[in-house]
Amino acid sequence: MQSTRKIRVLIAKPGLDSHDRGAKVVARALRDAGMEVIYTGLRQTPEQIVETALQEDVDVIGLSILSGAHKALFPRIMELLKQKGLTDVMVFAGGIIPEEDIPELKKLDIKEIFGPGTPTETIIQFVLENIPKRT
Amino acid sequence: MFDDEKINEIKRERERWEKTTLPKWIRQCPECKSEFRNHSGMLIKRVYTPEDIKALDYLRDLGFPGEYPFLRGVHATMYRGRLWTMRMFAGYGTAEQTNKRFKYLLKEGETGLSTAFDYPTIMGYDSDHSMAKGEVGICGVAISSLKDMEILFDGIPLDQVTTSMTINGPAPMLLAMYVAVGDRQCVPREKIGGTTQNDNLKEFFAQKLCIFPPKSSVKLTTDIIEYCARHLPRWNPVSISGYHIREAGATALQELAFTIYDGIAYVESTIERGLKVDDFAHRLSFFFASHNDFFEEIAKFRAARRLWAKIMKERFHTKNPRSMWMRMHVQTSGCTLTAPQPLNNITRTTIQALAAVLGGTQSLHTNSFDEALCLPTEEAVRVALRTQQVIAHESGVTNTVDPLAGSYYVEALTNEMEEKAMEYIQKIDDMGGAIAAIEKGFFQKEIADSAYRYQREIDEKKRIIVGLNEYTIEKEECPIKLLRIDPKAEKEQIIRLQKVKRERDNRKVKEALEKLHYATEKDENLMPTVIEAVKVYVTLGEITEVLREVYGEYKELIVI
Amino acid sequence: MTKIEEIAKGVLAGDRRSIARAITIIENNTAEAQKLISLIYPHTGKAHIIGLTGPGGSGKSTLIEKIVREYRRRGKTVGVVAVDPTSPFTGGAFLGDRIRMQELSTDEGVFIRSMATRNYLGGIAKATKDAVKILDAAGKDIVIVETVGAGQSEVEIIKVAQTIVVIHAPGLGDEIQAIKAGLMEIADIFVINKADRENADKAVMDIQSILQLNNKEKTWKTPILKTIALTGEGVPQLIEKLEEHRQFLKKEIEHKKSLLRAEAELIEAIKEKAATSIIEELRKEGKFEELLHQILEKEIDPASAAEKLLRGKFKKAVSNA
Repeated sequence: MQSTRKIRVLIAKPGLDSHDRGAKVVARALRDAGMEVIYTGLRQTPEQIVETALQEDVDVIGLSILSGAHKALFPRIMELLKQKGLTDVMVFAGGIIPEEDIPELKKLDIKEIFGPGTPTETIIQFVLENIPKRT
Repeated sequence: MFDDEKINEIKRERERWEKTTLPKWIRQCPECKSEFRNHSGMLIKRVYTPEDIKALDYLRDLGFPGEYPFLRGVHATMYRGRLWTMRMFAGYGTAEQTNKRFKYLLKEGETGLSTAFDYPTIMGYDSDHSMAKGEVGICGVAISSLKDMEILFDGIPLDQVTTSMTINGPAPMLLAMYVAVGDRQCVPREKIGGTTQNDNLKEFFAQKLCIFPPKSSVKLTTDIIEYCARHLPRWNPVSISGYHIREAGATALQELAFTIYDGIAYVESTIERGLKVDDFAHRLSFFFASHNDFFEEIAKFRAARRLWAKIMKERFHTKNPRSMWMRMHVQTSGCTLTAPQPLNNITRTTIQALAAVLGGTQSLHTNSFDEALCLPTEEAVRVALRTQQVIAHESGVTNTVDPLAGSYYVEALTNEMEEKAMEYIQKIDDMGGAIAAIEKGFFQKEIADSAYRYQREIDEKKRIIVGLNEYTIEKEECPIKLLRIDPKAEKEQIIRLQKVKRERDNRKVKEALEKLHYATEKDENLMPTVIEAVKVYVTLGEITEVLREVYGEYKELIVI
Repeated sequence: MTKIEEIAKGVLAGDRRSIARAITIIENNTAEAQKLISLIYPHTGKAHIIGLTGPGGSGKSTLIEKIVREYRRRGKTVGVVAVDPTSPFTGGAFLGDRIRMQELSTDEGVFIRSMATRNYLGGIAKATKDAVKILDAAGKDIVIVETVGAGQSEVEIIKVAQTIVVIHAPGLGDEIQAIKAGLMEIADIFVINKADRENADKAVMDIQSILQLNNKEKTWKTPILKTIALTGEGVPQLIEKLEEHRQFLKKEIEHKKSLLRAEAELIEAIKEKAATSIIEELRKEGKFEELLHQILEKEIDPASAAEKLLRGKFKKAVSNA
């Protein structure tokens, strides 16, 4: 039987931040790299993001935030993912996130944080190399 | 400007130069690209000569500053008479904290105020709303009621400053609060000066802070234009914005064309409301970005002035020359700043600010070097302000008006910008106007494609960003100090809000909200009702909720 | 219990994680997919399966959100499968339909899944059908399938549904031509959305004249409804009509349709299995590569090459073709 497994990625915009240029560029790049990209649109609550990840059975979540509210929103998202048993989903983030905040976010299990202007190829490679293995 | 014979002679000589002098230079030192284009897609020649502007008629196409077509400047003396307003966008935390930053900037020499609101305020949520959690005061000041506004302008006489407010959906509410503060300070309404951004159209395809659907949003923008025309003669009701369009990924040409088109749409909506164009057009103002391609930006600013003047004259038949003025505020580009090696951003901001000045801006904000990381510290914002002051007082560029006029390159580029922008305008006209184009996803697709192309250029190193894809360093030697918003601010803000709600006359609040609901259903101009409501301390969120009920909420059309 | 049995059990219990995992399994078309379907199939047949299609700009996504809300108000649970095209060049897809329904994602009674067409061997309709079966077996009262109504593959998808709703809006111009391509014939309900626009009544009349011709032969006369998705106007009436059609389907006439559908599905399944195993076998033959080269050199056409390969192994199949 022909197996047609595709990598499914959720690109999410948590909180009220409305800058979506980066999120859309990354979504398009991942699609052009052969992945299925679900985009939530703007202004998503942590609950909406996690529930979407669950229903869409995604392999990866990319969180985009430029408002500075990552310190409040990311812990909540990671906590909800744990609660719903989605610990096998790989999470990365991007946007305006100062270097000094990164260690704390990585402790939450966010695998990598990409700054503005990161080459899309870097992100694509990162996703390909870090997709969680599914049994 | 040149006679045919001379042009032919120049042409012959250029061709000779291309055959004789040029080839050995190309052999010795080949050009690094086969084609040089700016991001708007325009082909940049190796050398510009009078041939490139041979059709230019000085009196018809350039004229004198302060006169139609206003290419050389809206004022006759420009910076020799009065420098541009140095207006630094500021705001964070509580009203007290921002009041302090306002006073600091005024002390350091800024000449106009500009307010950044936090996301909950921008989206019409009070600081205690569930959607506001974790976002209060983070990227701007939190304003939930008149009380906050009173604190924000405490000790700042509104008859002595002008204030710009970057607010769109809730613009009626914030303007109402500002007017109420002015009333409290006993400043006559005719003296209240400033700007509300209030440009809802661009929200649908650029800044994305839209709350209500397109038609209702344009109605609210028009309410403010109408109200100001009748009652607030010194207030700029709208700042028709290209900045966000550009930052969303558009090219300079698209920024120019789409902004001008939004302007056209607002003029039309206000005329439809029943006003005569010369009653309000002189108070329409504009807001552009300034990016790194120095001459492209200068050409854009100049083209914008001439294009708007022509449109006002020919399309809308204005009689008052002031109705043809394109008065603009410029902000240096945020998206060109880099997080690595942030001090390089000072250089970028300087180039961009200089372009804005040479482009003839009326007002300027310069970004701080740390803004790719978070909101600016006091030191960083001072450096940004000083950048403007150095240009103003040390560079000499202000000694004459429109110094680049007559440059073969700049004039050719200005002409091309204008011409291509007109093509876009015609296209959008054919589509049925701004709202039709938004619904078709036209602007969104243009912007998404330009944004993607830009990123590909960076990825492929066809576009070098210093410190990002070239000249990178392993580790920052001196990590800079960052501004962190104290999470206490959110708690304080909520406590204050709850106090306001307790202490106000809630019967009057109920009445005011009912009145507002009625006025909204009846499609009346909402300004008077909103002013009354804010004065009895109805909150921003409560007013927005009424409007949401009647107008519904907008859901974005996604185009990548 | 094997993993598949666990997932099937979860689906039947309505567990959301199991439903999500199950849909992934059938999408990836692994060997386990068939086992999964066999376990849940006996529990299907209870949901009302509604197909919703229409051109871009018709307000379809906004309308679906309102439809789901209305069903929820009436106490029904809803599953939504939103289908978008896979890029033929990159193999990737941008799935953005759920944006308009995002507020519903945290409603326990709603399950939304975005699917890409993926250019499956068995046709996209199979994966969509299976996803619908899973949501049906999980106990959803209503399952909505949403696609863009342009092109032949979208018509295929929509045949998954029992009730087909075609949405259009005034001022979309030439799109009415695109609608004609198969959808007009199979539409059970026609909706003119954005009915507050100027030419709404004209749009209704245009559709009416076409439908009148089609309706002559049918027992169910396709009605035309008007809605304004932004405000929700006309949606309760649309739900009523959907319920009406559901009742109509329950009568004998639907048994015939169901039989035809089952037959089509069986034949499709046979074709898929037969084709896959035959092709696998033939690839192993030395002649396969040889004939490929001959095709490239224009020495033989593909159909004749296929015949040659098949004649070797499956005489009967060729003689009856």
